[in-house]
Amino acid sequence: MAPVLDVSNLGIRFGGLQALDDFNIQVAGREIVGLIGPNGAGKTTVFNLLTNVYHPSGGGIKLTGLDTRGKPTHQVTRHGIARTFQNIRLFKSLSVIDNVKIALHNSMNYSVLAACLRLFSYWKQEKAAEKTALELLSMFDMEGSAEAPAGSLPYGAQRRLEIVRALATNPKVLLLDEPAAGMNPSETAELMRTIHDVRDKFGVSIILIEHDMSLVMGICERILVLNYGLIIAQGTPDEIRNNPLVIEAYLGSRKEA
Amino acid sequence: MSGLNAKTPFRYALNAASVAGLYLLLMALIRYRVLNRYQALMLIPIGFNIILAVSLNLSAGFLGQLPLGHAGFMSVGGYAAALLTMNLNMPANVELPIALVFGGFVAAGFGVLIGLPALRLKGDYLAIITLGFGEIIRVIILNLDFTGGAYGLKGIGRKTTVTWVYIFVVITLWTINALIRSRHGRAILSIREDEIAAEASGIPTTYYKVLAFSISAGFAGVAGGLYAHYLSILDPSAFGFMRSCEILVIVVLGGLGSIFGSVVSAAALTVLPEMLRGFAEYRMVIYSLLLIGVMIFKPSGLCGKYEFSLGNTLGGIQAGIRRRILKRGGGVNGSGS
Repeated sequence: MAPVLDVSNLGIRFGGLQALDDFNIQVAGREIVGLIGPNGAGKTTVFNLLTNVYHPSGGGIKLTGLDTRGKPTHQVTRHGIARTFQNIRLFKSLSVIDNVKIALHNSMNYSVLAACLRLFSYWKQEKAAEKTALELLSMFDMEGSAEAPAGSLPYGAQRRLEIVRALATNPKVLLLDEPAAGMNPSETAELMRTIHDVRDKFGVSIILIEHDMSLVMGICERILVLNYGLIIAQGTPDEIRNNPLVIEAYLGSRKEA
Repeated sequence: MSGLNAKTPFRYALNAASVAGLYLLLMALIRYRVLNRYQALMLIPIGFNIILAVSLNLSAGFLGQLPLGHAGFMSVGGYAAALLTMNLNMPANVELPIALVFGGFVAAGFGVLIGLPALRLKGDYLAIITLGFGEIIRVIILNLDFTGGAYGLKGIGRKTTVTWVYIFVVITLWTINALIRSRHGRAILSIREDEIAAEASGIPTTYYKVLAFSISAGFAGVAGGLYAHYLSILDPSAFGFMRSCEILVIVVLGGLGSIFGSVVSAAALTVLPEMLRGFAEYRMVIYSLLLIGVMIFKPSGLCGKYEFSLGNTLGGIQAGIRRRILKRGGGVNGSGS
């Protein structure tokens, strides 16, 4: 089967720093891939490149065969890459349901004029969006707080809402940037189930950046390890756990010590 | 913000009735001299200040940018509308709405032209660049022949009536309110909240910034047209930086992101200086102290983000009465058992 996401020789330079070099990855449908590495290894840079927040100095990204080069971020999202952020970026003063409806923007197509004149297309599509948004929220047990401001939610719920919002754009690939950051072990365990559910129910491929090894090892089918902008290892969780290069990247080598 | 319930048609009817009712009330107050001639004339500046404030609120409060060139768009609309009516020979009540719409579109066009480069910047940088554009517009008008240059444009004719102002205030309030409560409005709000997240959620942020900015400019142009046909003369010096600041003060005082707040604040700040005339030279001191007071005690503006809704208010009153009746009924039952 052709990969959903095919990234070849991706690289970017910030001035004199080669932040990412020769990055290759093929992600199959419904696959969960982990991206790990020490701080500053270039993990979030990969996400920013995949969503065209940064433009690569080399290499290409193909999303189900479609070249996303040079496209603005919102179009990449439209074509099927959605993401969450390391530091939560919700629309805090807007209601929970509006956060989701904003991500449903491209599922509607009524014009500005139709909105101002309240034409039939407005009512029909808004009703459908309301229904979809509530369905999505109820899948994550959040329909009860639909009208609450997003910023008032507890931390874990805010992380979940970010995932809901990303799913509302109807993605093929979901990028999760440190979804378990700041969570306690029981919250992390719940998040792990959520991620599994998301993959099973929505049929998306997931790439996740995470420092919590219990989550990464427990959920990912394949793991890539980055260090100084290079992939130093990839394989199944077991292979990564025992890879001497990975241990060195995280803990340093015996000789230096 | 979900106005999608079964009561929606009822609410529209209620709002339409109250808009008509308020108009009839104002007309009756003028007809029976409850408002004297001077007070009746004050309704017109109140009206175009409401349009100016609500339209600026779209880009300052809802889009979350800080433009300081609103008076520039007002002048573009004013001159465009005035030049049109001066060259048309139609009855005043036919050419005025045409001219106002024309002025609005010309101003909106300028909004696109200026918005495209200016909206690449944010915050104080955007404030400075829009301030610059506003001044450029003023200086250009000052140096063109067909605008009358520094002499200004004279003999426009007093065509603005309370009725026309009322109609265009209602159109402005309806349009901006309807826009905000749509997918387009949510896109505009999402840019205010977090531009990066908005883009990642599939919102074409540049498009919506320019859209909001130009709609805002367009309504400023309509207000400019009303202003021109109210004073009958246009003078470029009336559209300087201070005018932009006055409008911004109205918006901030009423609450960034509250249409209702802008309406209340525009009315209050238009009437207040007139009411304070009795204090002669202390007038501006009192005015400033009031502004400072509001900003200290209610920094989010008089209304914050509150929006008035007749349907909700009546619903609340109804629920309150029902609760009270139920309570009394419960008391009776309680004593009976």
